[in-house]
Amino acid sequence: MPSYVIPAKCTGCGDCVNICPSHIMRFTKSGIFGRKAYNAEPESCWECYNCVKHCPQGAVQIRGYMDFTPMGGAVEVYRDEKTNRVYWTIRYRNGTVKYFVFPIRTTPWGSIKPPTEYPEPPKEFLRTPYLSCEHEQLGGNKLGVELPRMKVPEVVKAEVRG
Amino acid sequence: MVRVRYVDADILIIGGGMAGSGAAWETRYWCRNCRIVLAEKANINRSGAVAMGLSAINTYLGLKCKENTVEDYVKYVRGDLMGIVREDLVYDYARHVDSTVHLFDEWGLPIWPEPKTGCYVREGKWQIMIHGESYKPIVAEAARKALGDENIFNRVMVTHLLKSPSNPNRVVGAIGFNVNDGTFYVFRAKATILAAGGGSQIYRPRSQGEGLGRSWYPPWSSASSYGMLIEAGAVMTMMEARFVVPRFKDGYGPVGAYQLLLKTRISNAYGQDFWKPHIDEIRKLYGGKGNYVDLPITPTTLRVFAQRLEWIAGRGPSLMRTDETVKKARRVRQ
Repeated sequence: MPSYVIPAKCTGCGDCVNICPSHIMRFTKSGIFGRKAYNAEPESCWECYNCVKHCPQGAVQIRGYMDFTPMGGAVEVYRDEKTNRVYWTIRYRNGTVKYFVFPIRTTPWGSIKPPTEYPEPPKEFLRTPYLSCEHEQLGGNKLGVELPRMKVPEVVKAEVRG
Repeated sequence: MVRVRYVDADILIIGGGMAGSGAAWETRYWCRNCRIVLAEKANINRSGAVAMGLSAINTYLGLKCKENTVEDYVKYVRGDLMGIVREDLVYDYARHVDSTVHLFDEWGLPIWPEPKTGCYVREGKWQIMIHGESYKPIVAEAARKALGDENIFNRVMVTHLLKSPSNPNRVVGAIGFNVNDGTFYVFRAKATILAAGGGSQIYRPRSQGEGLGRSWYPPWSSASSYGMLIEAGAVMTMMEARFVVPRFKDGYGPVGAYQLLLKTRISNAYGQDFWKPHIDEIRKLYGGKGNYVDLPITPTTLRVFAQRLEWIAGRGPSLMRTDETVKKARRVRQ
């Protein structure tokens, strides 16, 4: 089911508006309670839970699918970038609560070595099929083996309709 | 009045999904002094088909552990698509997949390790299991570090490619607009990489009303990759192959973990086998050259066709027998 915003909890910070991949979390016109976010187009909602995970107030919620969380149930999610875990809570309407914890990342955030920190690749490698990190001279061979080569069939000459 | 912004660059990347992020990393690696810009219609941290995360990587050959060869993979793809395939293209991407997955592993994507062999836990023959909630943010971080945040244009939807007036076979940029404030963008670039999304909901989904977005592929993929390229006069290849995923009741994806990892049985609505009653008919229709019906892994298209025939015969929908799997798991635990 698409996400929805609880207006009393929403502070209008716009984190969900910023992150929504479908661009359907929008601001209402500012009223006396200030601006609020809302799901403008529930039919285009993929239920990707990004608005729920990124809301600092817990104001965005999603009712779970009817098959595993019937009416009265709830799905809650908390994503923590410090402990690198995502915590899921499934509440059933008969009171049963199930908790799940999964790791989201094995390294700290911001720790990726950018490509510019690798030694500059030799120019002649541009003519080879190697990509970055596939040869000793290209930032180490991450493939683990020699790049498989096979004479690939010649590209079929495409028919260009005039 | 419409604000217009001109952006000049050496390389323009259109689309900031997995492909665009990978292109950003690779272009920066090879060209240290280029100005590379990336236009993305959502936020690069969570955009594209991997926005919500994934539980498996569906192609990992395992060349390092000698699990498969690239030739095996090409044969498998050829069988699954029943021959409608450009083998050179499949071979070319398959041989680079492993090093990409090893890079993801180094960047911090939690892939299930196999302690005995030092490889990864297999979901199926080609798939590996991951904890992929932050799959896209991790890859986006690599792209952002490669390009720098000032060169990434979030919420800019590119609509048309620009062609050179002197050479009609050359793309020299693209135009688009900011979906929030309507600013008109003109990108001028020496080279353009188009990595926008595929098309979803070209056919009406079975889900209705508020469940309309409950599809396997994201509803925001508007086929701009195809549209822009066809309009620019590019030669499209492999457009004959449609990807139709098997569907089961209450599931909106291929349910790979249940199907491949836990070997869950698939049945029709009455608990019977969905494949055997139709095998003669399917063999009569598709049993010709290539012998695709009797492959060790039945082509997805034929499995979907058999499920469809069950529907027509009044024995639909197909069920993923999770109840049997849960019972089996309980028995094992006891």
